[in-house]
Amino acid sequence: MTIPPSPNRPDAVERTAAAAAPVPPTERFAARTSGMVASEIRALFAVASRPEVVSLAGGMPNLAALPLETLSQEVGELVAREGQVALQYGSAQGVTALRDQICDVMREEGIEADPNDVVVTVGSQMALDLVTRLFCDPGDVVLAEGPSYVGALGSFAAYQAQVIHVAMDSEGLVPELLEEALRTLAARGITPKFLYTIPNFHNPAGVTMAVERRQRVLDLCAEYGVGVVEDNPYGLLGFSGTRYPALRSLDRSVIYLGSFSKTFASGLRVGWALVPPAVRDRLVLAAESATLCPPSFTQMVVSRYLEKQDWRAQVKTFTEQYRERRDAMLAALETHLPEGCSWTVPDGGFYVWVTLPEGIDAKAMLPRAVTARVAYASGTGFYADGLGSRQLRLSYCYPTPERITEGVRRLAGVIEAELDVRRTFGLPAAPPLELRRGSHTPSPDTA
Amino acid sequence: MAENARVSDRSVAVLAGGLSHEREVSLRSGRRLAGALRASGLDVREWDADSTLIDRLRAERPDAAIVALHGGEGENGAIHAVLELLGVPYVGTTAAACRRAWDKPTAKAEFARAGLHTPDWIALPHTTFRELGAQSVLDAMVERLGLPLMLKPDQGGSALGAQVVRAAADLPAAMVSCLAYADTVLAERFVTGTEVAVSVVHDGTAPRALPPVEVAAPGGVYDYSARYTQGATTFHCPARLPADVIATLERTALEAHALLGLRDLSRMDAVVDGDGRVQILEVNVSPGLTDTSLLPTAVAAEGSDLGTVYAALVERAVERG
Repeated sequence: MTIPPSPNRPDAVERTAAAAAPVPPTERFAARTSGMVASEIRALFAVASRPEVVSLAGGMPNLAALPLETLSQEVGELVAREGQVALQYGSAQGVTALRDQICDVMREEGIEADPNDVVVTVGSQMALDLVTRLFCDPGDVVLAEGPSYVGALGSFAAYQAQVIHVAMDSEGLVPELLEEALRTLAARGITPKFLYTIPNFHNPAGVTMAVERRQRVLDLCAEYGVGVVEDNPYGLLGFSGTRYPALRSLDRSVIYLGSFSKTFASGLRVGWALVPPAVRDRLVLAAESATLCPPSFTQMVVSRYLEKQDWRAQVKTFTEQYRERRDAMLAALETHLPEGCSWTVPDGGFYVWVTLPEGIDAKAMLPRAVTARVAYASGTGFYADGLGSRQLRLSYCYPTPERITEGVRRLAGVIEAELDVRRTFGLPAAPPLELRRGSHTPSPDTA
Repeated sequence: MAENARVSDRSVAVLAGGLSHEREVSLRSGRRLAGALRASGLDVREWDADSTLIDRLRAERPDAAIVALHGGEGENGAIHAVLELLGVPYVGTTAAACRRAWDKPTAKAEFARAGLHTPDWIALPHTTFRELGAQSVLDAMVERLGLPLMLKPDQGGSALGAQVVRAAADLPAAMVSCLAYADTVLAERFVTGTEVAVSVVHDGTAPRALPPVEVAAPGGVYDYSARYTQGATTFHCPARLPADVIATLERTALEAHALLGLRDLSRMDAVVDGDGRVQILEVNVSPGLTDTSLLPTAVAAEGSDLGTVYAALVERAVERG
């Protein structure tokens, strides 16, 4: 078959003739995927799964604390009694009973919500993807803390949104810097589509937005006509017993993202979005186009767990373990890290954000760390704009306290060796006076 | 027919993974090779090089092992020495010859001694820079090699840690990055030209060169991303070079293979410079076998497949014992 020449496409015949040589699919990729390339750094992480390596890089929850035998019985019963439903397609918005229960979970952080405004998703990552899809055209601006969650940056990049970071200090997002960013953008005629924020036990920075800042942040966004997307996967995992009011509890226009990945089981991939009614229907349609419906089975496993098990006690067990591991990490950092390092002190969640002595590039140092059998997440991955070279994220959620101590000891040796090489080549290694060693300089961002 | 039946009875352990910086690449190589061998009818196991390996080898006694490990112990002869120790036949180069090829400065010295071309180089450990004063050594290095120059870890592959340095002011930071991969840096004169890889396989009566593969990397830099991102690099096989240059490339690959005492298979990476000379960059004893790797591209270009080639190499290994 030949395609007749078109007056508008004079090359049509040539294209037909050229069809003999197949065009590789890689030449048909969309332009927006150009950043999806093999990465040297990602390759280095391949060894992190080996037991010889202490991985302080990933954010895997410690599932060893789950009552697996009980869960196994529950899952068996679910299939035996409700298999016809659990293994069938379901509603695009999610299982009704689970949406009711999600509202109970959110009430723990002061949120009063209507189950009709909850959309269950395949992990909160999917909710984030859908929200970005709904609001962002290519080139739109999104505000995010600096540093920010790498999965969020990935979603924003996939929709070609431009990320402007707003720096944090030890009390989270700095309202004055947010205001400055909003004002500067407004002067250029730019209204960001939303502020993406992780107010509690931030990933990767480990800090929490001070309660007194929360209303101010909401007011500023309202003043400039900017939406707020609150991502709160760690909110129930606080170590001091303090429950911080969710932004959504202060303002019903906030889009709230929640997850069972940290409070129950990450492998089930059950998360949700709580959205204003005006957003809900479009979000459900977007979800439907992505997955038809979230998996009925995993939703019903979560629902049954929430119904039959003392999930609050389980969260307490998780929290106690994470606190013990956080303590082990902070003690090891204090003992082993060389002069010029500083780090945040998290009051919950999974992460410590470390600032290295001036000049050290955490990404360039990673091969040395992998050789020393310790892995971390280098800081630049948590910025969309290339900042963070001097920072790294350490996770304490998965390794035992003993492994954490050993991992930090190895990391300290790696930093010392890196400093030694830098000294050899006359590169600056001494910390500036204002950045002396210790946890009293908790700024997660030097921007 | 009888020959085919014999081949398909073979049990093979493909060793992939390991703890080197190239673990990811090795796992991909191992997966691809295992699939190809299964398609050729062999009984294939895929094992990581970890603390269970020796017990597995002893318990299951495969007819042969194939080392698809890249970097570190997979190429420096260590795993090969263990296989020799256990009496497990294996595809590939002996431990002693692996050590020669693995250490780039050692291999380059061999090439130069034999009159083969390789870009001028200097290899120095971190301690030398520290003890003699880094700036003086760097100055002497630039004076000798000129700019731009290539910096590479003295051992390792997949271009990890390799970089082109175009300005003297960038050298100190580049040295720090490179030394994160190894304690010794290999600085090489930067050679412009056509980048080519020539694989050698000994699947018949003698080693033979496969068609040279020309590498056209984006921006001319064949770095990790260019190597392992599907579609990023264009490969031309056979290379778009005159017949006499192709012949020189094939002859040089065979010479390098023999010179280093390599066995079964290897891959020479080279640049054909502006004067048509083949400048050898390195020779690999464990060539990559991923979807974007060069040896499989050459095998496909001659109308064969990976499973057939490696099945023949397995037979050779078994016969050697």
